[in-house]
Amino acid sequence: MEYYDSKDLKRFNEVGKFSEDLMKKFFDYYNAAVGEDGALTKREKALIALAVSHVKQCPYCIDSYTTQCLESGADPEQMTEAIHVAASLEAGITLIHGIQMHNSLERNGAL
Amino acid sequence: MSQVTVLRPREIPQDRVDEAKYNFNKALSEKNIDLPPQNIETLQINITKLCNQTCLHCHVDASPKRKEQMDLESVDRCLEILSSNKSIKNLDLTGGAPELNPHFDYLVKEATKLDKHVMVRHNLTVTIDGNPVTGETKEYLPEFYAENRVEVISSLPYYQEYFTDKQRGKGVFEKSIESILLLNEQGFGKQGTSLELNFVYNPVGAFLPASQENLETDFKRELHKKYGIEFNNLFVITNMPINRFKQQLKRLGAYDEYMEKLVKAFNPSAAQGVMCRSLISVSHDGRIYDCDFNQMLEMDVIIDHEPMTIFNFDYEKLVNRRIMFGSHCFGCTAGSGSSCGGATT
Repeated sequence: MEYYDSKDLKRFNEVGKFSEDLMKKFFDYYNAAVGEDGALTKREKALIALAVSHVKQCPYCIDSYTTQCLESGADPEQMTEAIHVAASLEAGITLIHGIQMHNSLERNGAL
Repeated sequence: MSQVTVLRPREIPQDRVDEAKYNFNKALSEKNIDLPPQNIETLQINITKLCNQTCLHCHVDASPKRKEQMDLESVDRCLEILSSNKSIKNLDLTGGAPELNPHFDYLVKEATKLDKHVMVRHNLTVTIDGNPVTGETKEYLPEFYAENRVEVISSLPYYQEYFTDKQRGKGVFEKSIESILLLNEQGFGKQGTSLELNFVYNPVGAFLPASQENLETDFKRELHKKYGIEFNNLFVITNMPINRFKQQLKRLGAYDEYMEKLVKAFNPSAAQGVMCRSLISVSHDGRIYDCDFNQMLEMDVIIDHEPMTIFNFDYEKLVNRRIMFGSHCFGCTAGSGSSCGGATT
């Protein structure tokens, strides 16, 4: 059994097999949010999506948004910075929970 | 007992399989699109396959090892065609590095005297590198271009070193910047002069280009900020899935994915603007083709069972020919379209 076959991304539509209408609503929303220039450019959106793809560790999305970034004119330097933003947020999110740990230490009379 | 020879089924050449799978003529007829030639405004000549660079994507397979050169007799014949056909307003010189043909300077000067608009597909680095075979210097080029009011069209895959050197070879970006600054010094790309300097962007790999407008804004901002460079327009071109780039796609296992992307992005209005409707392409040996890509695929224009060449050139027959299309034509009709002058929509 193999997980994460890159060819499966093309089969995304099939998820709508038992609820076509909900899937259509999702794709309409998805395309409007990510695939069009708005207050953010398509390139900025692709860089955000690339960063989120790394945080969520979705190989389909990493493939797809690497290409999207290139096709919207981004370069590897910008893409790398985007994933560093994601990585530093993840580190910060881990570390800020240290306060939670301190609160707990306090409640235990250890701080 | 007689020996029976068993013949194995003949293998169908991969190129024919690709043509059948990505059928451009079928795409046109399904959309009810007819693309006859309009007129011939541009004579594009590939005068040499010799180049000082060996670029990853080059559809000509040009390199310092190539020897093909247009000879003086053919150059003179091209000048006669330009002189006797007033509707041909532009001479577009390409290669290889066109400046490495020994008759290049003569052709430019004579075409300028005929009042033709001369465009040169100038790779920038030849000014710095010179002739890779003879060692002859080409430092005079910026001044020569200014004197003859040539439109300079130069490949610059990106405004940063990484993508440029990856596609065009190590050190190319640095030399390109040096060469552009020499062109700027002559007034090319500067406001208030009519000396045009245009850049060509094409993706460094198996992906489609971003919008011409957005990339041009980025190129202008970044090149000016970092180097003080000025230029007129950025032409965005799609990589053609032929020759060296096709081999690269096949090596990466990305050929079908790339073709499917081009087919999906087929744009009927981009198809209307394809360059083969107003241009003819001439090879170093004088044969005529619908475009530079057809030339590299040896898809000769055949009229009355004869290949059309500069020696039996017939304007009327050429404007009444059928343009030959192949699967690579999806490259010119994807998205915003692609031509020697960039997007076609």
